[in-house]
Amino acid sequence: MILQSPWFILFAAGLLVVYYLVPGKHQWKVLLAGSVCAYFQVEGARVGFLLTTFLTTLVCGRKIEQARERGERAGGWLAACLGLNLALLLGCKGSLLLPLGISYYTLQALGYVIDVYRGTEKAEKDPGKLALFLCYFPQLIQGPVSRASQLRAPLTEPHAYDGKQVSFGLQRMLWGYFKKLVIADRVAPAVEILTRDQAGGGSFALLAVLYALRIYGDFTGGIDIVLGLSQAFGIGLPENFRQPFFSGSVAEYWRRWHMSLGAWMREYVFFPVSVSKPVRRLGKAARRRLGAFGKRLPVYIATILTWLATGLWHGLTLNFLLWGMLNCLLILIGEELAPLFRGLKGKRWYTGCSILGTWLIMDLIRVCDLFPDPRDYFRGLKSLLTGPWGQIPDLGLSSLDWGILALGCVVMTGVSLVQSRWGSVRELLWKRETLRFWILFALLLAVLLLGCYGVGYEASNFIYNQF
Amino acid sequence: MDTLLKILWELHPDINFTEDTRLLEEGGLDSFDIVTLVSEIEDAFGAVIRAQDLIPENFQTPKTLLALIRRLRED
Repeated sequence: MILQSPWFILFAAGLLVVYYLVPGKHQWKVLLAGSVCAYFQVEGARVGFLLTTFLTTLVCGRKIEQARERGERAGGWLAACLGLNLALLLGCKGSLLLPLGISYYTLQALGYVIDVYRGTEKAEKDPGKLALFLCYFPQLIQGPVSRASQLRAPLTEPHAYDGKQVSFGLQRMLWGYFKKLVIADRVAPAVEILTRDQAGGGSFALLAVLYALRIYGDFTGGIDIVLGLSQAFGIGLPENFRQPFFSGSVAEYWRRWHMSLGAWMREYVFFPVSVSKPVRRLGKAARRRLGAFGKRLPVYIATILTWLATGLWHGLTLNFLLWGMLNCLLILIGEELAPLFRGLKGKRWYTGCSILGTWLIMDLIRVCDLFPDPRDYFRGLKSLLTGPWGQIPDLGLSSLDWGILALGCVVMTGVSLVQSRWGSVRELLWKRETLRFWILFALLLAVLLLGCYGVGYEASNFIYNQF
Repeated sequence: MDTLLKILWELHPDINFTEDTRLLEEGGLDSFDIVTLVSEIEDAFGAVIRAQDLIPENFQTPKTLLALIRRLRED
């Protein structure tokens, strides 16, 4: 199930037509049938992984609710469900045998079971509805990770055809394809060359910048396609980005990049750890002995565990562990230093410097993804100080490619600026029909003519499919 | 309410908190502040806030937060 393959687009279009032809109360069954068929077509017998998660979630959710209603303890069922599914996820990640979407549907399933345990969600009685919540095909591929409270109702409610919503959905998909096919896939081979042939400081710095461009186009583009497609079905999924490259600190960056994962980690790891009995007790003892620093101990412990979990979620390799810990360290340093800079808040030059600084720091941390052996990453970082600066390998990009990438950056930055200042671009263009037509026409032409398919390029998969 | 406002002010001295200040938007409370706030509330009011209470609805304004504290103390 590759979002940019013609088959996927045909399949989604066909499903969309059927979806709006059947009576509203049966629409969710169309989505379920489509999702199951698509998943089975991709994964074949490995559908067993998803089936196991589905069955354990279904049974444990019900058992937990029954126990709650009888006033009995339900911790055993919760622990069994969490343990089994986490073991399955970690086992698959460790073995490189990664069933499609497992990192995303596992988090959704666990979130649902925890919510039932807390009593904030009702256990699902209809197995079909729970199955759809776990395998809804647009978001199964690379998220976003939805909460049960956000997605269960919209998935199964009837949705009358709304021309504006469908049009907005398709426009957003087109924008996503532009970012993925014109920008991200164009720069992908260059990123691979720079990763393979480390040639010193200049090459490493260029890698950091080009990888930022690639992952931004790839991940935000992919999410635009997913959210746009879902919007065409009348189902709003949670936003995953809010102009992340305009963040003024590492902590803020993580509130604006991959937001649904951040929200999940905050809800189910950070908060539960920080208010858990042992950590609270430890915090109190530390406060008596260490004063103000001790007071922050619960936050420190919870942040470290959250970033450990986030790192491992991305991959069970040393570089992701290191990546998680680097993020954690920078967030905690930022938190400690924040009071010193409070007076500068709101000053333009300070805002500009902190955005630029955060962007550079995040670029350098992110590159860690690319080097399974952290020693290679450290060698790259060191070369930023020692050089050589002038040696850049041939990246295989023509001057036309560089021109397209530069223009793409200008367009993407412009769109982000408009969004942060005036809100939805599609809403702004809705009343301006002629302008909208020409913009969409240009975008479509760009995707068709400048997108990277065919000779010389490999139709590359989305980076976030592999997590 | 005064005790709660004092706790909030100690967290963010640059903000003039009232009982209707929108904590997450105007007060700039992030998840770190919320965890610190939880332990301060436990000390000052004896109310133990659980993970499932940490939802935006309870942290809208000092008023909604105080309502949560009262609810937890009654339970």
